[in-house]
Amino acid sequence: MTQPEAVAPLLDVRDLHVEFRTRDGVAKAVNGVSYSVRAGETLAVLGESGSGKSVTAQAVMGILDSPPGYVTGGEVLFRGEDLLTMGGERRRRLRGAKISMIFQDALSALNPVMSVGAQLGEMFSVHDGMTRQDSRAKAVQMMERVRIPAAKERAGDYPHQFSGGMRQRIMIAMALALEPDLVIADEPTTALDVTVQAQVMDLLAELRREYRMGLILITHDLGVVADVADRIAVMYAGRIVETAPVHELYAAPAHPYTAGLLGSIPRLDHKGKELHAIKGLPPSLTDIPAGCPFNPRCPRARAVCRTDRPPLFDVAPGRASACHFWKETLDDAG
Amino acid sequence: MPEPEPREPGSLAPDEAVTPAGGGASSLATSDAETLEGGPIPGGTASGKARSLWSDAWHDLRRNPVFLVSALIIVFLVLIALWPGLIASGNPLQCDLAKAQEGSQPGHPFGFDTQGCDVYTRTVYGARASITVGICATTGAALLGSVLGGLAGFFGSWGDALLSRTADIFFGIPIILGGLVFLSVVTGGSLWPVVGFIVLLGWPQISRIARGSVVTARQHDYVQAARALGAGNTRLLLRHIAPNAVAPVIVVATIALGTYIALEATLSFLGVGLKPPTVSWGIDISNASTQIRNAPHMLLWPAGALSITVLAFIMLGDAVRDALDPKLR
Repeated sequence: MTQPEAVAPLLDVRDLHVEFRTRDGVAKAVNGVSYSVRAGETLAVLGESGSGKSVTAQAVMGILDSPPGYVTGGEVLFRGEDLLTMGGERRRRLRGAKISMIFQDALSALNPVMSVGAQLGEMFSVHDGMTRQDSRAKAVQMMERVRIPAAKERAGDYPHQFSGGMRQRIMIAMALALEPDLVIADEPTTALDVTVQAQVMDLLAELRREYRMGLILITHDLGVVADVADRIAVMYAGRIVETAPVHELYAAPAHPYTAGLLGSIPRLDHKGKELHAIKGLPPSLTDIPAGCPFNPRCPRARAVCRTDRPPLFDVAPGRASACHFWKETLDDAG
Repeated sequence: MPEPEPREPGSLAPDEAVTPAGGGASSLATSDAETLEGGPIPGGTASGKARSLWSDAWHDLRRNPVFLVSALIIVFLVLIALWPGLIASGNPLQCDLAKAQEGSQPGHPFGFDTQGCDVYTRTVYGARASITVGICATTGAALLGSVLGGLAGFFGSWGDALLSRTADIFFGIPIILGGLVFLSVVTGGSLWPVVGFIVLLGWPQISRIARGSVVTARQHDYVQAARALGAGNTRLLLRHIAPNAVAPVIVVATIALGTYIALEATLSFLGVGLKPPTVSWGIDISNASTQIRNAPHMLLWPAGALSITVLAFIMLGDAVRDALDPKLR
């Protein structure tokens, strides 16, 4: 790897804005998100449903449904080149080959009328122009790679004939088939049983190490994040509210929302006590509160929070928090 | 059709079997998983070969008596349309006025019409016109409608709006009135103007269905996933969307085939469709209608043949719909 590549981030999202123009008004799903991923790094994007984490990923991949979704501002730099201004055909060639994506529910993300071998093989025939036989052979290899038993016999089977864990393995095989530089995994284990979740996450982490890929792991599950991620970005109402290296964030959150999330994990040593929950609901994206979007639910909210939107304050090297009172929050946690 | 997987806690598939609890601590989990996964394969392979939507549908159809009966009738109709000589030795245009309107007699089971032509022979030969018009018009309307509707549904925007409004206009044309006007301008009395007219009025129905099912299919995750993994528009349409959107089009087209045959007969009955010397049930019904009191057999046989044909295609369409979309049952 050459020197500039090692320094420059693999993917650099800068001030991304996405909105959905619906009949009921404009929903501002992403409001100035910035994050970056270096080669070989795992970034976890954490947030509730509707926080804009998946929409950001779709905008990066260029698979936003438009209408109604539109990218209204910002840059998505992949190896220094803006994906948003790139020609459609060029961008299509990058998809799958250089940047690829793992979807949440493999049953709905796999074509029900194509055998899994054919779908996997398509990766090779679309991008590398392989013949049918060659791509089929590569597909079987990939299925073995993600440890699907009897891969050769099962290549002709259809997605509904596989169990949930096996289907997600096939999804992973498709995403990793061409050894991309960056993989975006959108809640890859949410649809799976807890026991299978661990297997699939371990497989993903192992393959990521082997191929030295950058990984963006989108999730709402704090448990999944802790073992695999290097850094975490917490999203709320279409903004990043805190970024930090994973262990520092767990040890001492610098944003009340993160603190609330960590506090609402059920813990064995709190058995019998009331489970802490963040009060209220996430804001409607058509009507985001003025000031800090978290202020109606925030235990620390004061007058300034209702009027001034906090920028991302640098908390420590590699750490930032969008809270006026990050210092107090950090002190309380520590 | 994808079957929803049962997810009772008791019936974990082998790959979902237990790993050491707490996924966090275990780099061991993967190796454990490997040994566990060596067991029997979950899913449907135990019961036999992989079954696609189409082989599933075929499996259902073979057991459906409605399908078997209607398919038999249709095969028979197609055979006599191709080779009417198989069961009728006479010539439908060779008539003997001396025998006009006579009833059934040996060698002429259905009797004779006003011109003294053998009704049996004419009924058999009439199948050719009906089947040809039906199949050609359906093929034309289905191709035109599904290509236009599919593209409109996939690309959306102004092309979609334009097509939908154009289809609305064609929907607004009263079919009989339109036929009277169109076919009195485009003369000839042969099959092709009739086929052309039916295609012209038939494609909007198919295009609406095709557009709708493409719009639905386009929103599926697997289309988005295929796009995210680098598939272009052509591949998305042909490999991922079309196979998942074609079933409703096939169903509607099969049912439409029956109604197109009835439409051809109606137009011929009104004197603007097929014209003699072409042999058509519609023409014969038209000739017979004035003689219904003196010679009901002249009406009975061609009308019966027409009804059975139309019914067979509509029943086939129903059976195909049941097989392709079990949810509708």
